[in-house]
Order: sequence, then structure tokens, then C-alpha cells
Amino acid sequence: MSGRVLVGVKRVIDYAVKIRVKPDNTGVVTDGVKHSMNPFCEIAVEEAVKLKEKKLIKEVVAVSCGPQQSQETIRTALAMGADRGIHVDVSGKDYENLGPLQVSKILAALAKQEDAQLILLGKQAIDDDCNQTGQMTAALLDWPQGTFASEVSLEGDKINLVREIDGGLEHIKINTPAVITADLRLNTPRYATLPNIMKAKKKKIVTVKPADLGVDVTSRLEVLKVEEPPQRQAGRV
Amino acid sequence: SDSLKALVDPRSVPAARPDKTHWPLELLYLGREYPKGGDYFRDRLRAAFARNKAVEDPEQIKALIARGEYVARELEALYYLRKYRAMKKRYYED
Repeated sequence: MSGRVLVGVKRVIDYAVKIRVKPDNTGVVTDGVKHSMNPFCEIAVEEAVKLKEKKLIKEVVAVSCGPQQSQETIRTALAMGADRGIHVDVSGKDYENLGPLQVSKILAALAKQEDAQLILLGKQAIDDDCNQTGQMTAALLDWPQGTFASEVSLEGDKINLVREIDGGLEHIKINTPAVITADLRLNTPRYATLPNIMKAKKKKIVTVKPADLGVDVTSRLEVLKVEEPPQRQAGRV
Repeated sequence: SDSLKALVDPRSVPAARPDKTHWPLELLYLGREYPKGGDYFRDRLRAAFARNKAVEDPEQIKALIARGEYVARELEALYYLRKYRAMKKRYYED
């Protein structure tokens, strides 16, 4: 058992920013807009680091797919306690079209390359709200999946998991290796303090291209239009 | 006092001990996202350090540093709660 955990972290527009649609309706404005780690990814990183602190796993590897700036998101994961990072370099049009299917292919390839025992992801990203990457990654690897996890505990070579589902909680037990996606109540992510940010600068981030992993990032989806939701009508009393 | 002066001196950035918390810098860093604005926080922080720069008593200094730690933890809690509540509101029907 490698004891290695892969954590996927996504760089998204910060949750507190007011989103504006581009005038040509091709997408949202991202230039000059504050970005940060997807909140559910923060929870995934925290869970991985906690597992390492409990000595249940040996190494936490943070992975992000995107342009150069994705490295900042990896650095945040390193400051939270991840050991090293892998930046999968995707930019330009490829990045605009990057979605769960391509990311899962990348994660599956990395999981095999790194001999990962566990993949921890956020349940969904707050920009596209797809909620697909974890599930697709598990399917590609033919691994069990524990999605919407609000509690995780390792028991030998199995994982006990509590899932948040409509109407309550579901308790399951799955084998490893496995994919887990984090829900809001899984844990409280730690803040990256300055000493930890300094320490993280010494940790390594390796850059690879999707082609190096044998992954074709061509999208099978085409975005036709992006528009604002209809203005809310004032309520009537 | 020397130790507090050293903390407030902008040139005393923690090059030698990057793993140790440098409270003025840490608080400044944490205060960036203060709801009333990073500038507002920074000005209040500066005023607080300036007010206490003449303190000599080591017990008083310890208490002041403890207060700084407390403020840091409160800020972290504030930021976390804001984010948690936003996520809860957007993604969960309760």
C-alpha cells in the first residue's frame, strides 16, 4: 500500500465575488477577478491532511488542472499541509473547454502513475456545479466511490463513510482504492497561516501536460450561450 | 521595549525564523479580507501597535501577544463562518 492520497483542487472565482456575464454572452468575466480554491476542494485537502496527521496515510499530493495560475491553488494546498503538487498545464481554448470528463481522465492517469490509494475531491465546483468529476474518475478506474461524504474513517483496507443524501444520512463501507468526494460538513478547513505559506515554498510542484498522461482534452461539449438568471420580480404583498 | 519595538519595526521581517509566527505580519495578512476593508483593519492594527510600543513589562507583553493571537483566531473563525453560511445557503435546503 503506497499510502498516497491524490487531492484534486480547482481554481475558481472566489465565492464572495459578484459574477458578471460577458457582454457577448460567451461566458463570465474572469480577467482581473479574484480567484481562490473551490470551497469543497478546501474540505477535501483538510481531510487528506487530517488523515496524514493521524498517520493513516503517508503522503498527500495536490493536483490542479489549468493555466499557470493554478499553481497558486496548489500552493494553498501545500500551505494547508499537502506534501507536493502536480500542475497539469492546460491553457487557452483547452482550458475554457476543460470539464469533468477530461479532468477525470487526467486524475485516473495520475492515480495509476502515482499508485494512489485514495482520491479526495470536492463534491462539486462552485463555478460549473457539475458534481461529476469524482463519479467519472471512479468509473474510469473501476474503483468504489463515496460521494457527498460527511464522515470518513479508515478501517484496515476499507473505508467507513457517511453520505449526505436527501432525507438523511447513508452509512456505507467501501474497499480501497477508492474515490471520495467531500461535502460541506466533512470538516472545517484550516486557514493557511504565513509560516505555513513560507514552509510550502520549499515543497515541489511538478508541471505535466495532458498529452504526457495520454489524455486528449478535446471537449465534446460546446457552450452555446451564457446569460444571467432572470431578474427577480419584486414580491407583492 | 526592545522586543515590541522589534516587532513593530517594518525591517524586522522574519527572514531568520520563517517558521515562527510574526504577529504584526500575520495579523496584517489575516486582516486583508476584513469585512470593513483591509485598509480599515490595517490602520486599526497600526494604531494598536503604536499605542503599545512603549510597553516594557514582560507580563504585559505576553498579554498583548495573547490578544493578537485571539484576534487572529477570531478573524479565521469569521472568514470560515461567512464562507460556510454562504455555501449552506446556496447548496442546502434546510
